Amino acid sequence: MLSIKGLKVKLEDEDKQILKGVDLEIESGTVHAIMGPNGSGKSTLSYVLSGKDGYEVTGGSAALEDVDLLEMDPEERAAAGLFLAFQYPVEIPGVGNMTFLRTAVNAQRKTRGEEEMSAAEFLKVVRARAKDLQIDAEMLKRPVNVGFSGGEKKRNEILQMAMLEPKMCILDETDSGLDVDAMKLVADGVNALRSEGRSFLVITHYQRLLDHIKPDFVHIMADGRIIKTGGPELALEVENNGYADILAEVA
Amino acid sequence: MAEAALKQTPTDAMIASLQMPQGGWSEAARKDALSRVKTMGLPQRRDEYWKYTRPDTLVQVLPAPAALRKSDETPLFDQIDRLKIVFVDGVFDAAASDDLSLEGITIERLAEAGSDLHWARDIYGVLETRGQTPVARPLAALNTAFADDGVLIHVTGTPSKPVNIIYRRMSETADAMLHHCIKLDAGAEMTLLENGPVAARHNGVLEVEIADKAAFHHVRAQGRDHEQRAATHIFTRLGTESTFKSFTLTANGMMTRNDCIIELTGDDAAAHVAGACVGDGADFHHDDTVFITHDAVNCESRQVFKKVLRNGATGVFQGKILVKAGAQKTDGYQISQSLLLDADSQFLAKPELEIYADDVACSHGSTSGAIDEDALFYLRSRGVPHGAATDLLTLAFLAEAVMEVEDENLREDITGRLGSWLERHAS
Repeated sequence: MLSIKGLKVKLEDEDKQILKGVDLEIESGTVHAIMGPNGSGKSTLSYVLSGKDGYEVTGGSAALEDVDLLEMDPEERAAAGLFLAFQYPVEIPGVGNMTFLRTAVNAQRKTRGEEEMSAAEFLKVVRARAKDLQIDAEMLKRPVNVGFSGGEKKRNEILQMAMLEPKMCILDETDSGLDVDAMKLVADGVNALRSEGRSFLVITHYQRLLDHIKPDFVHIMADGRIIKTGGPELALEVENNGYADILAEVA
Repeated sequence: MAEAALKQTPTDAMIASLQMPQGGWSEAARKDALSRVKTMGLPQRRDEYWKYTRPDTLVQVLPAPAALRKSDETPLFDQIDRLKIVFVDGVFDAAASDDLSLEGITIERLAEAGSDLHWARDIYGVLETRGQTPVARPLAALNTAFADDGVLIHVTGTPSKPVNIIYRRMSETADAMLHHCIKLDAGAEMTLLENGPVAARHNGVLEVEIADKAAFHHVRAQGRDHEQRAATHIFTRLGTESTFKSFTLTANGMMTRNDCIIELTGDDAAAHVAGACVGDGADFHHDDTVFITHDAVNCESRQVFKKVLRNGATGVFQGKILVKAGAQKTDGYQISQSLLLDADSQFLAKPELEIYADDVACSHGSTSGAIDEDALFYLRSRGVPHGAATDLLTLAFLAEAVMEVEDENLREDITGRLGSWLERHAS
């Protein structure tokens, strides 16, 4: 599904190398988690994969189903099936949440040469998916993320994911700022989307989220590289002992 | 004599080129206006309120020719049941207009209203004169002196449909001077719609007297002929518990100066004035100049102006709230914002507050900025292409001004037209 080879990235405006050769293979239908200390490059990886400005790729490659991601515009990556759930979802005053969702769904369909979703069909689907995430009609009408609580913003991210039905979902610290109940709701939303043809990359600081979204693989990232890969037990090790042991072991 | 001719000022030259309609009830007002114009002189660059907008093209004797624009777009308001009054190149066109009779309202043509004791005597040039202090508006006085057409509307009740003044252009060189007067009796209510390009150059005045508990709604679209030039003035005075709401849509136009002078003279009145403007190109210039005087207790005023500027376009906003001593409990709000789609475009804003009462709430804000890059990336990351995402954010920026239009269908229509404009002017 997603194949990252020796990916090196620096900041565009600064002589600062963030990713120093990331290798990561994600098979179809699997859930991978990336953990790591602050500043290790986790969020940068998610931004570079989704095409945010401000980064310069200095080496390596990233492909989604054998298609080079790095050459594409952000909207093309999205249409190709990549989705990033933002750590800090952006507020867009003046654009209704529903309009936003429908514009996005139909834009992707158009790019892929598919027929647009009719207003009636869209409404039916969005209502059902919103209900599962306990998003009420009022939240759908309001401007995108404006005045939403932390939990509402993250639920709204998962709603977008559910509507866009991407192949490769990246969740960037989706658990940050969530209470236990909200985290469970978000995790349930993600779990409902798990399927054969869909993969997840879950970036998190805490093992707790991984109790709800059970990963197949856990990677530890430090200083711009993935330094250790293991099963779910690796997340528990981090939870109990922190990163010091792992960092020492690798060094 | 030769020397005197050489020294002729632009004001003298303009006056010499125009012909004042003779006789009738308006003659005294016209003569008074002429003497005021002579004293004031036409606008010059050094005048404080013409610092950001060059008056040259508005005060030269002959207007620059303006190319006509063909469009297959349905004119705004066509879907609305309304009474149509048509002006072609600034001249009333009876054949194209509807029958002017409608219950609750009387409509007459300025050029034909001859009686000596006409109600409009108390409005024509009267509100305009009041609006000349503390800031002189010589083009409006020139209009009072020389306007040769327009409509006089007396609203006594609540007419069943809006009045729509439709402007059409046939000539590339017409120079129009229209003057409309509207009087709303106590408790009366009307909606005035205006749309279309008036002339190659237009000097327009609209005077609206709103009596107690009356309500005036105004939606105006200034036509998309890019080479047209216009200086318009709205003068209004509000009585107790009355309402004035005016929204202007401007797309294109080499020179548009819209003055709105509002006087709140009765308690508990509300005046809202708003504008959405989109301009493309270095020859686009749009200026909103607003002056609101609070001279009564517990009145509300609201100014919402949004401009989208690209490819070197210029936008100007000069808005003032004057709260006189005794105008307690005033609630004044003013926001002027521009979205600059490139580094060549500019927005010049001069918000002013002058307050002599101690129990008032006045807020004002002015911003200019580019498209929010974070929002743009967010939309693109969801699959919305760059152009469509930019347009969506641009429409969202304009939405606050468009929201000032009360009718939902009309709001959607205006938003749709702004969307089409953005698509046509895509980079």
